[in-house]
Amino acid sequence: MTIKLQAIKEMLNADVLCGDNLLDTEVTCGFGCDLISDSLCFARPGCLLLTGLTNVQIIRLAEMVEARAIVFVRGKRPREDVIGLAREKNLPLLATDMFLFESCGILYQAGLRSF
Amino acid sequence: MKFQVQGMDFSRAGQAATKIKKALQLAGMDPATTRKAIIIAYEAEMNIVIHACHGSLTANITPRKVEIIADDEGPGIPDISLAMQEGYSTAPPHIREMGFGAGMGLPNIKKSADELDIRSEVNKGTRLWAVVFNN
Repeated sequence: MTIKLQAIKEMLNADVLCGDNLLDTEVTCGFGCDLISDSLCFARPGCLLLTGLTNVQIIRLAEMVEARAIVFVRGKRPREDVIGLAREKNLPLLATDMFLFESCGILYQAGLRSF
Repeated sequence: MKFQVQGMDFSRAGQAATKIKKALQLAGMDPATTRKAIIIAYEAEMNIVIHACHGSLTANITPRKVEIIADDEGPGIPDISLAMQEGYSTAPPHIREMGFGAGMGLPNIKKSADELDIRSEVNKGTRLWAVVFNN
């Protein structure tokens, strides 16, 4: 099951922080987490990362695990330097006011899984 | 390949592990081997950034295996067996707020490594040596 970022943006009522031209990107799985170590161990290549972590390390982590995009939840927004790094790496960033639980639930109902 | 790592430099933290990952992919390492090696490299690098004054991260890549060595100067680990327990962390609150300090770094390194040796001296530093054999 794959879902395009455009559809995710609509389902989560999300803003696009960077990567407007990359909304055709498809994600194959999802991983919601606020812990770096767990995300490193369990997130799979091709995933959508959902998180409330907004520091620069989440961008590095996304690159390490080959995530296709990040959704910041709970109304969190990263600083401009973090968005800039994501833009350099062609990593789309979205942001929603929904909580992590709700966001993951909506995507799960839409067919997205962890693996 | 060897990289210098600076304590508390979160702007560059993870860069060494990212470069090691790229090298492993260019070398055609099995993806499962690469995944284990980068878990070790990233966690080891972050341990230097979070806990040490400065250090280095080295990766020696051969067709047969990946060797990761993390050397640092810093406070050292008083009780390595305690530090290996899942959930045990000495990270301060501002580090935990960044998503670190879950106490899973060394346990994850142990799970990912085929061979592991950690030596430490209080008030001097820590040396971690890990090997992942290529499938």
